[in-house]
Amino acid sequence: MMASNYNAKEEDGHQPAAIGHGGAGTVKNKKPDNTAFKQQRLPAWQPILTAGTVLPAFFVIGLIFIPIGIGLFVTSNNIKELEIDYTGGDMSSPCYNCSQSYSWNSTKPCTCSVPFSLDQPFESNVFMYYGLSNFYQNHRRYVKSRDDSQLNGDKASLKSPSKECEPYRTSDEKPIAPCGAIANSLFNDTLELYYIDPNGSRTAIPLVKKGIAWWTDKHVKFRNPGGNDNLTVVFQGTSKPVNWRKSVYELDPSDPDNNGFINEDFIVWMRTAALPTFRKLYRIIHKKPNMTPTLPLGQYILEVTYNYPVRSFEGRKRMILSTISWMGGKNPFLGIAYITVGSVCFFLGIVLLIIHHKYGNRNHSADIPS
Amino acid sequence: MDFSVLRNLISRYCAGEEYWVDSRTVYIGHKEPPPAAEAYIPQRYPDNRIVSSKYTLWNFIPKNLFEQFRRIANFYFLLIFLVQLIIDTPTSPVTSGLPLFFVITVTAIKQGYEDWLRHKADCSINECPVDMVQQGTVVRTQSSKLRVGDVVMVREDETFPCDLILLSSSRGDGTCYVTTTSLDGESSHKTYYAVPDTMAFKTEQELDSLHATIECEQPQPDLYKFVGRINIYKEREDPIARPLGAENLLLRGATLKNTGHIYAVAIYTGMDTKMALNYQSKSQKRSAVEKSMNAFLIVYLCILISKAVINTVLKYAWQWSADHDEPWYNHRTEIDRERHVVIRAFTDFLAFMVLFNYIIPVSMYVTVEMQKFLGSYFIVWDKDMYDEELGVGAQVNTSDLNEELGQVEYVFTDKTGTLTENNMEFIECCVDGHVYIPHAICNGQILSAASSIDMIDSSPGGYRREHEDLFFRALCLCHTVQVKEEETVDSIKRGIHLGKPTSFYISSSPDEVALVEGMKRLGYTYLRLKDSHMEILNKDDEIERFELLHVLNFDSVRRRMSVIVKSSSGEYLLFCKGADTSIFPRVVSGKVEQVRARVEQNAVEGLRTLCVAYRSLSPAEYEEACHQLSDAKLALKDREQWLAQAYDLIERDFTLLGATAVEDRLQEKAADTIESLQKAGMKVWVLTGDKMETAAATCYASKLFRRSTQILELTKKRTEEQSLHDVLFDLSRTVLRQRSLSGLSVECQDYGLIIDGATLSAVLKPSPESSGSGNYREIFLEISRNCSAVLCCRMAPLQKAQIVKLIKASKEHPITLAIGDGANDVSMILEAHVGIGIMGKEGRQAARNSDYAIPKFKHLKKMLLVHGHFYYIRIAELVQYFFYKNVCFIFPQFLYQFFCGFSQQPLYDTAYLTLYNISFTSLPILLYSLIEKHISIEMLKRDPTLYRDVAKNALLRWPVFLYWTCLGLFNACIFFFGAYFLFDNTTFTSNGQLMTTNTQMMFGNWTFGTLVFTVLVFTVTLKLALDTHHWTWINHFVIWGSLLFYVIFSLLWGGIIWPFLNYQRMYYVFMQMLSSGPAWLGIILLITISLLPDVVKKVLCRTLWPTATERAQDIDKLLQSSVAELTPVSSRPSGPSSKRKSTSHLHLGVPGP
Repeated sequence: MMASNYNAKEEDGHQPAAIGHGGAGTVKNKKPDNTAFKQQRLPAWQPILTAGTVLPAFFVIGLIFIPIGIGLFVTSNNIKELEIDYTGGDMSSPCYNCSQSYSWNSTKPCTCSVPFSLDQPFESNVFMYYGLSNFYQNHRRYVKSRDDSQLNGDKASLKSPSKECEPYRTSDEKPIAPCGAIANSLFNDTLELYYIDPNGSRTAIPLVKKGIAWWTDKHVKFRNPGGNDNLTVVFQGTSKPVNWRKSVYELDPSDPDNNGFINEDFIVWMRTAALPTFRKLYRIIHKKPNMTPTLPLGQYILEVTYNYPVRSFEGRKRMILSTISWMGGKNPFLGIAYITVGSVCFFLGIVLLIIHHKYGNRNHSADIPS
Repeated sequence: MDFSVLRNLISRYCAGEEYWVDSRTVYIGHKEPPPAAEAYIPQRYPDNRIVSSKYTLWNFIPKNLFEQFRRIANFYFLLIFLVQLIIDTPTSPVTSGLPLFFVITVTAIKQGYEDWLRHKADCSINECPVDMVQQGTVVRTQSSKLRVGDVVMVREDETFPCDLILLSSSRGDGTCYVTTTSLDGESSHKTYYAVPDTMAFKTEQELDSLHATIECEQPQPDLYKFVGRINIYKEREDPIARPLGAENLLLRGATLKNTGHIYAVAIYTGMDTKMALNYQSKSQKRSAVEKSMNAFLIVYLCILISKAVINTVLKYAWQWSADHDEPWYNHRTEIDRERHVVIRAFTDFLAFMVLFNYIIPVSMYVTVEMQKFLGSYFIVWDKDMYDEELGVGAQVNTSDLNEELGQVEYVFTDKTGTLTENNMEFIECCVDGHVYIPHAICNGQILSAASSIDMIDSSPGGYRREHEDLFFRALCLCHTVQVKEEETVDSIKRGIHLGKPTSFYISSSPDEVALVEGMKRLGYTYLRLKDSHMEILNKDDEIERFELLHVLNFDSVRRRMSVIVKSSSGEYLLFCKGADTSIFPRVVSGKVEQVRARVEQNAVEGLRTLCVAYRSLSPAEYEEACHQLSDAKLALKDREQWLAQAYDLIERDFTLLGATAVEDRLQEKAADTIESLQKAGMKVWVLTGDKMETAAATCYASKLFRRSTQILELTKKRTEEQSLHDVLFDLSRTVLRQRSLSGLSVECQDYGLIIDGATLSAVLKPSPESSGSGNYREIFLEISRNCSAVLCCRMAPLQKAQIVKLIKASKEHPITLAIGDGANDVSMILEAHVGIGIMGKEGRQAARNSDYAIPKFKHLKKMLLVHGHFYYIRIAELVQYFFYKNVCFIFPQFLYQFFCGFSQQPLYDTAYLTLYNISFTSLPILLYSLIEKHISIEMLKRDPTLYRDVAKNALLRWPVFLYWTCLGLFNACIFFFGAYFLFDNTTFTSNGQLMTTNTQMMFGNWTFGTLVFTVLVFTVTLKLALDTHHWTWINHFVIWGSLLFYVIFSLLWGGIIWPFLNYQRMYYVFMQMLSSGPAWLGIILLITISLLPDVVKKVLCRTLWPTATERAQDIDKLLQSSVAELTPVSSRPSGPSSKRKSTSHLHLGVPGP
């Protein structure tokens, strides 16, 4: 390659004089440059996908994917998970009454307690989720119904929220803070866990409500207008979302770092889910300093303050307890998929090997002899 | 003459109010004619401003926008943009507005720049100084200020500012020399004549006294046609009328040469000039790829509409229950609620259309156009297609047809100048059956003239000196050759020593030069034309003078030319030379049989023959002829017809003198090229105006016909014996029988068909019984389809185009290519799908009208087999890949609608939607489509059969398209459902766990979209990487670069709270996703699954059913590795030779077709 280029260039050097004499001066007298690019002779790597070259790749993929898959599968299986549906759809359910006698403006909260038992102890940190089904948080009208600059603490947006928030933009001619359908439908059930000692006494399990939202959301994307103090003053002149029972500055009066727009439950809710069946992180149960499991096996009671109506759209409400691993939550899909793909690759590798030996040689022998 | 004047008058008076008249009257120097003359009808002429620019400063924006939106694609995107502006759609108008704006702006800038260049060029032309004669003095003025009727003075080497009628020149004989290089590329000097009556006006003062009008036709674009008349008024005398022809008309753009200065009067100015009229662009040709691209587009448009319809219908079915339509958490606005349901449904439909509109990307048009434009430079840059002798390389006149070069099925080639060199050499002449051969030129030295007559076939006694003398004189006189007495002339050069100064014979026809030179070698030298006298130096070194009275010019219909001369003895003689078919019927005496035999023999040897005859005219006959000619020449209308009639009357009763034979050598590598083209599966047809025997000989020489080829003749000779009907059926039976036989035997007899013009027109002519004509045509097509080579001889230029049209319209609609070098090939070049012009000796008309121009016929091989092949695979991949990547892009969005309540929620963020086609995936495919080489150039040249692999639009046929689309759909499903199961695996009951990070943070819908998008960008780019066979550093840079760009962009896009955006939904989404382990694992898994089937398919097809191309790739690869082994690093320079050795060795193993 290089050599031929070099030779050609030398020739090129001789040419101009010859052309000069030819002297058909009227026409373009440009001899094309003899560069590798212009002559389409750039040096190049020319891989060809043949059975021979692809074979090792298939075996390697198989060999890598299968162990990963097994690892994932095992890890996922070791994760303990418990899911409790407390919608109260049927008569036998403890929350049946609450779900039936629901009205938005009832002042008296309806509570129900769901007993359940753990067969195995949950070690390490346990995460508590609430799950909703058939709730279209990804509906377009819903997704865009928010005002990010209002949530970011912009005072102008606080007083006049974005048009996207319609019809949850104003109430009684006062701007709603936080505006929009997402904020308006904030999940407001309260879930509490109690451990029933074998002797019958209830111990409340400490649920940590901070650290459940993205750090960047809590510290950058969501901000209270004018700092976290005196929220009552700041939000004066605004109205609470129509479906809320209390104002945004009353979400967590006990902790100014978790109140107003930077309330973590609120932030979690504001991240709209991808699919109509989803779960959101609710609380964290930190592991105990001593060796005892976070949640020992035994009887528990889930105390629900039943505020959130789902019956109208045939939704379900669930509470989920789960431990985690290095790869996150329970997800057998990834492990199975890896094992499958790895095996398929391995199998294809074998098939190709046979084909390669049977036909590949034939082709080559047909091509090369003579 | 009177008749035409009368008619003119009548037409004028009848026209009455009509503004337009079919002739114009020009008053030289704006002087009123004497009152006796005809009524003065003022006409308005444009001024001499040339406007080639399209736009002005004021109308640029509206006009350019209008032009651009007339293109259907742009209009479609404008519509989408407007819909986005008007209704509430899922994506912001920016997503389609920005790319559209970009495309429109870039195009506008490009067109604006081109127009600015045109403006500048116009300006410099319009402002160039011109010398005008006014009141007897020369006034310098600007070119644009010239008016019709102005008298202009032009000096040597100046360009004519408008179309002028020559009045007088500084040369004594009233002639001037002109080159028309810039008009038609012919660089030879042409002579133009002044009317004898105005020749005497040699100074400005004299010109001022000239009182004349010119009547001429309205401007028309034909460069070589002009009809007019000049009326010169003198004191108390009847006006003298003289005819004006093309030889009096100096065209704008031509340059005055070898003449001190001339005076001329402007008759066509500005946009009326023939040059301006010729600016009109040719009709657009569209390539087959473009057609299939449009077909695919329609399919995608249907997919798009059906997707939108399906979703709209499903949406309303799903929304039937109020819980789904308006759950308590998600109410409509009041305005929305009040809208009528039909309007709502329609808006929803439009919204879905907008959501899915990316499936037909704007960027594809831009990319295709850029690919074609930039790609065509590889042809221009190719040094293999550069011709040292001419100093030109290949030329691309339109880049729209690049890929069509890889699809050619029929090649129609001209013979003279295309297959042959058009470099004539006089071989022999025969007078009454006696053959004369000039001594060959030995090493460039010409033997002395006296000894150069060789008698080969001297018959005793019957030798007629008289005929011999007449024959040689005829050839010395009957021509339009000029003698140039300069050192160098930029045209056909023949150095001959004519006294002291070096002289050249120059003519537009190389045959004539060869003949005159041949005569010189036989002892008769044509010296010059002086004062209408032609001077000849005869064998005895005496100068003979003949007065040249009339020249009956050559034309392709008559196929002959004549001169009438008066010898010094006062005899009137008419000499005629022409094709045998046009001479023999007019011959009354002479040894016709002997000459005919010789002519046929020469023709078989591939020589070009001409017959020479003469007629002695009595003074009375001459007077009559003269009268006929001048009558015809004075006719204003239909002059051609009049002239043809006059010629027909004059050129008869000939006495045959003899014939000449001139050799036209084959172009270098013509045979090799034709062989390659045939191997590549192309059918080569030779279309020529030449005789059958000559043409057939050329065909044998160029290996178009082989010894084994069985020749089928469909000629006049045969149809005279049998009826056309029988002949046709006979032939088709032969061919069909062969075909049924060849089913049994492998040996395939190949056929060559010869057809002549007369028979062809009989075949094509619609016969009285309407059923018959279609039949003949079909049978002819059937026969020719089964012939490997076809020769059409005795073709008129228009017939060439007819043949091309016939084949084009046949039921397979094959792609045709026409190649030629002369003006007679232009019609065929324009008609064929691809027209290629050869920058040859017969001027540049063919090259100007062609789509591509090459210096030599041999370059066709590389043009088609290498460039055409590359362009085709490149553009095919480009088109298929574009549709594929947009299916991958949009289909997940379609699937997502099923999970978001058909609410038109976009899956991807606006930035991703906008930039996907513009920047994340655009460059790799563009660069691929520019520099991909799936196989080496040498291999393509060596093995022409590889061309068959891409024939018949192989890579863009529906099955391939379907494969790509299915692959796209499969990938889209993998992306979407892969992400779906990662997010929510409802199939694994009760274990439904969201993908979470180590910190157990929850992911929302934007993370879902980003995950799909990341997999998408990587898969689509890697798919292209898998298809790339030629990895140069550019490919590496672009492919890995655009992936890197995607990652960096995403990090940046999500890394900042963008103050100008009213939403921050992408904030930290990408980073959060990357911080989760399962996301990485998922991305890797999904990419692997997506690419797996394509890899498997490729490998399996390659191993089990390898195409010729793939086999060649293997061999290529093998060769490269063997070269590396064979040649140690130190002896690298000898690499190519050893490589060649081993290739030729291995080449034997390549299986044939």
